Amino acid sequence: MRFSRVLAGVATVSAAALAFAGCSPAADDSQTITVVYQKTDGFVALDELFQKVKPEFEAANPGVTVELEPIVADEGDYATKLALMQQSAETAPDVFYEDTFRVRSDIDAGYLLNLDDHLAEWEDWEQFNDGAKEAGRADDGSVYAVPLGTDTRGIWYSKSVLEAAGVALPWEPKSWEEILETARAVKAASPDKVAFNVYSGKPAGEGSVMQGFGMLMYGTDDTLYDADEQKWVTGSEGFVDSLAFIETLYGEGLAPAPDVALDGSMWQKLFGEWFPGGQIAGTIEGSWSPSFWKQGGSYEWPEYVDDIGVAAFPTQNGQGDGAVSLSGGWTLAVGAQSEHPDESFDFLAMALDRENALEYNIANSQIAVRADVAEDPAYLEANPFIGFFTDLVSVTHFRPATADYPQISAEIQAATEAVMTGQMSPEEAAAAYDEAVIGIVGDENVTQ
Amino acid sequence: MAGPVIWSVTISFTNTALTGRNAKDPSWVGFENYTRLLQDPGFPVSVWLTVVFVVASAVIGQNVLGLVIALLLGRVGRATHAIVTTIVVGAWVLPEIVAAFAAYAYFADDGTLNQLLAGIGIDGANWLYEFPMLAVILANVWRGTAFSMMVYEAALNDVPPEITEAAVIDGAGGLKRLIWVTIPMIRGSIATNLMLITLQTLAVFTLIWVMTKGGPGISSTTLPILAYQEAFKFQEIGYGSAIAVVMILIGAVFSVLYLRTLRPGRDA
Repeated sequence: MRFSRVLAGVATVSAAALAFAGCSPAADDSQTITVVYQKTDGFVALDELFQKVKPEFEAANPGVTVELEPIVADEGDYATKLALMQQSAETAPDVFYEDTFRVRSDIDAGYLLNLDDHLAEWEDWEQFNDGAKEAGRADDGSVYAVPLGTDTRGIWYSKSVLEAAGVALPWEPKSWEEILETARAVKAASPDKVAFNVYSGKPAGEGSVMQGFGMLMYGTDDTLYDADEQKWVTGSEGFVDSLAFIETLYGEGLAPAPDVALDGSMWQKLFGEWFPGGQIAGTIEGSWSPSFWKQGGSYEWPEYVDDIGVAAFPTQNGQGDGAVSLSGGWTLAVGAQSEHPDESFDFLAMALDRENALEYNIANSQIAVRADVAEDPAYLEANPFIGFFTDLVSVTHFRPATADYPQISAEIQAATEAVMTGQMSPEEAAAAYDEAVIGIVGDENVTQ
Repeated sequence: MAGPVIWSVTISFTNTALTGRNAKDPSWVGFENYTRLLQDPGFPVSVWLTVVFVVASAVIGQNVLGLVIALLLGRVGRATHAIVTTIVVGAWVLPEIVAAFAAYAYFADDGTLNQLLAGIGIDGANWLYEFPMLAVILANVWRGTAFSMMVYEAALNDVPPEITEAAVIDGAGGLKRLIWVTIPMIRGSIATNLMLITLQTLAVFTLIWVMTKGGPGISSTTLPILAYQEAFKFQEIGYGSAIAVVMILIGAVFSVLYLRTLRPGRDA
């Protein structure tokens, strides 16, 4: 990587030398800031936000041009492309969209600008809740990224499918076993339907951890990461149990067929066909789900308000709080190599001001992290489930905020795929995971 | 071309990553990536799948099928020759990504193959999921046979007809002529062809990535797929480079093997 930076440096110097040799007295005083973010056919809310902010920002800052560079890719490829862009000052973006779970890792890599000074002068910052402020904080105590919103996860179920299977509504499972029982009842009543989905496997990416394995794991008596000791946990019973639940679900044919589940675009089928068509009883999904079904969404289905029910995901045997959720969310950050850090931060601040944040949180069914947005009637009325999912914040967990997390997440995805396809038993997959974790973080950073 | 190779080898001795502290300050780790690779349970599987893929789709599939087609083409009329050549070469001229999509559409669960099978009352398998290696091997045979065919056609044209005629007069049948006369005479072309298609097949990435993404699980993860995943999905460039270096070594071993056993002008 050093090598490419040297090359980039040489290129920059040569370009500068050529420019000076040209001796144009009217030196180019216009400034361009590049904004890089993800855009998919199911996710256009951010693109719409930036399209709206760009002309406003350019009008307010004469001489500054905003260049929007949407990357059309899934979440994993987006991260890779972004990381590759960061390798050289020539291509590194000024402002970029970044998943909270990659923030620490990318801070360590030196990609993110320390925002402390800018935030100190930004009066809106006090509107952000404390949990949200932590999302962009590094080990050095400084903040490097500002969240757009957050999310929680629970069960989304089809009232009509459950009714047809004779399940009493509202459905409020209290343990994993109750979920399996209900799923079996659905399968018995209508064998051609999908009973219950838990995202698994590598193609679903981080979704397999957030809307899958993690929801199980955090409901056991064990944990993935010992935050007090700052060590990763290996050899835990909860890990094997969580994989065993996935094995049961897929092994008994209660989940989507593994070949369908291993198509990275299964979620589109789930939102676009299965739920509207009454083909699936339930799934673990995020609070953002209505963004697809509401008016203007990718899979408009106004009847979802009546046909869909929600339930908190239970802990393994109903222990602890009885319910569990995971939270993530995305942030905006400024590039450490940006030549226009002030303008870049101003753009970020404008994109996340009260009005824009409100619009974005509604458009993308996000849980607001700004207090003034959270209490806005427009936000509360936009989506009938927002209250339920906001309440889940009380039982939610955040991913271990370590630099190694993205790699470990990838290993979890591999473990779930090995189990769902029957290539490994839960014990074997857990053992392979343990070995991989030791390889990533080293013996000294794991505990039994 | 030495530059990238030297770069790969150098990087494979570091812990360079795309993110995290190792992206900022990579350090030398000696043979750590290689020892880790040897302990990785997925690695031997990957090596085995790579060998299966190369032997089945290149050494046997493309090579033998290419030779057979070339031999048959020597006996058919000009029209048939043109039609067969067009069909076979058609797969070769497709860009790899296009060929990969075509193969995906052919083998997919609701794809062409299963529709054809359904037409004659057979319930086809979900090829990409149940038999991923078979599907990618067949796809690579389809795509690559044209190259071998063209190499052998050219070689066979260079075999002097009087030698074959002499063999016929001596009473040699078709198969005997092939084994004792034709093949020894084109041995040099066989060696060249084998080496080229082996190296090509060893490097096949797009075809497999589009068709199966190396899955399900790791059941079609050949070394190029494994290297890509480690380097760009798990973002460990150093570790991915170590896998790339292993691939270079495997390619070198194959090349030496072919050159030594089939070197033209050396009598067996």
